[in-house]
Amino acid sequence: MSSSTNGKKRSSWRLLLLVPFIATLWVPFYNRVEPTFIGIPFFYWYLLLWAPLSALITWIVFSRSDSPDNDR
Amino acid sequence: MNWTMIGVFLALFVFVTILGFVAARWRHGDLTQLHEWGLGGRRFGTVVTWFLLGGDVYTAYTFIAVPALVFGAGAIGFFALPYTIIVYPLVFLVLPRLWWVSHKHNYVTGADFVRGRYGSPTLALLVALTGILATMPYIALQLVGIEVIIAALGFHAGGWAADLPLIIAFVVLAAYTYTSGLRAPALISIVKDLLIYITVIAAVIIIPMQLGGFGKIFAAVPHAKMLLAAPPAASLGSYGAFATLAFGSALALFAYPHTMTGVLSGKNPRVLRRNMALLPAYTLVLGLLALLGFMALAAGVDKLPAFASGFQQYKANFAVPALILHSFPAWFSGVAFAAIVIGALVPAAIMSIAAANLFTRNIYREYFRPQCSSAEEARVAKWASLVVKAGALIFVLELPSIYAIQFQLLGGVWIAQIIPAVALGLYTRWWHRGGLALGWLCGMVVGTWMVASLHFAGTVYPLHLFGFTIPAYAALWGLILNLIVAFVFTLIFRALHLAEGQDATAPGDYTGQSAQ
Repeated sequence: MSSSTNGKKRSSWRLLLLVPFIATLWVPFYNRVEPTFIGIPFFYWYLLLWAPLSALITWIVFSRSDSPDNDR
Repeated sequence: MNWTMIGVFLALFVFVTILGFVAARWRHGDLTQLHEWGLGGRRFGTVVTWFLLGGDVYTAYTFIAVPALVFGAGAIGFFALPYTIIVYPLVFLVLPRLWWVSHKHNYVTGADFVRGRYGSPTLALLVALTGILATMPYIALQLVGIEVIIAALGFHAGGWAADLPLIIAFVVLAAYTYTSGLRAPALISIVKDLLIYITVIAAVIIIPMQLGGFGKIFAAVPHAKMLLAAPPAASLGSYGAFATLAFGSALALFAYPHTMTGVLSGKNPRVLRRNMALLPAYTLVLGLLALLGFMALAAGVDKLPAFASGFQQYKANFAVPALILHSFPAWFSGVAFAAIVIGALVPAAIMSIAAANLFTRNIYREYFRPQCSSAEEARVAKWASLVVKAGALIFVLELPSIYAIQFQLLGGVWIAQIIPAVALGLYTRWWHRGGLALGWLCGMVVGTWMVASLHFAGTVYPLHLFGFTIPAYAALWGLILNLIVAFVFTLIFRALHLAEGQDATAPGDYTGQSAQ
């Protein structure tokens, strides 16, 4: 595979990193009480849930670009 | 006074102090060299970097300031969650480039990079001064955290004796930073995190059980604090404030000198990238701690006579200490308070080291002693780290603080203004150094003016545009103006053929290709 197609592939994986931004900064999407989870309003557990989700996404992007060649 | 609590607290405090001094011998290096003292020899692997970067972010900010805002103002305080969720993807993308170019050219600070990239000592000076200035209120937040805990431990002396414990903690911090450099906070971070995790797990399991579950806790939260208020017509209302505080804080965090220090001390970019996927574990902790604010509301600690004087003096910042005293046996309160105080001292050490690196490299050596030896450089940095901490004390004493978090947000307004020069500079050389300098000036002046117009009690400035109101974090307003001015003047200066300055870096330096 030539280095330029490799680079393109890598940057399309990186677009995934935009997802946490949209999901957590678009407030109207989650500013409500229902549905609650063990008594915690949606607003709070939704944001708490995004911590591991964002980690997972970052990890996927990391492992897709984790070869010595892609460190650079 | 409860001597069990104080005994446990002191034992833990003495233990980490000894650790701080022992750290000088850890991964032995020549501490008379700035990159050894101030970057730990650039040899830290994934685990140490994790603790070190975690030590930067999860501080008195997490334990005292965020829960205090949730306690006092409700949902808006939760902006810290999106902030610490999006900061990692951001850092993941950008900072490995900084690592490569810094490694290649032996840069120790962001200002070093700016100097090399734009051939401009002046722009580097502005970046350095901003870093030092912005670090002071952030350290001030840590000192407020320590102050609140000392009060909670029961030291209620009047006059100068009231400040004595804070001064002792401060001197201890200064002494081991001076002798051990970055190795001290790196080593202590590990103990600190253990204590913090123990405290957090206990707090989020035991306290909700005592209060009868999360349903009961949220039932006690007043309606107005539960969610963000829906925006009125023709305004973004609290939605704008919430989202911009989160986004602006994330941008700011990554421009802080101490974040750069944490990044540059890692041994390679893979270590950094892997960390960006692991660090959100802390974010979950931060979110759970933020909920302590509501638990304090539900427990009604502010209405208990035992805590009346604490709340009177420290306002909402006293919420978490009061909740801990209220919910735990004395010995465990000692553990929790030690965790918070150590959790404030570690970042204060890292921040003061980072600011000291800036002063030494980009001000002292640039303008006063260009010929100075590396031993002299390291010595000056050690002294500068003391001066920065003293500056932080002034912020604590001079600025009114209903919410400790305002200190950190104020620092963010300033540090965000170096983003065009540092972050955009990692990708392009298009911007003119003169334009960047003018943009910086406008951003600093307007950002500071906005916060001053709010009497330093808030940082969300409502801008009225074409009949529409947009309340947003002043750091972002400053940054937008900064970018516009930098853009326009880049075009103007280029049309006038003003000197561009020499670029010492090559495109391959940012990706490590030229290292081969």
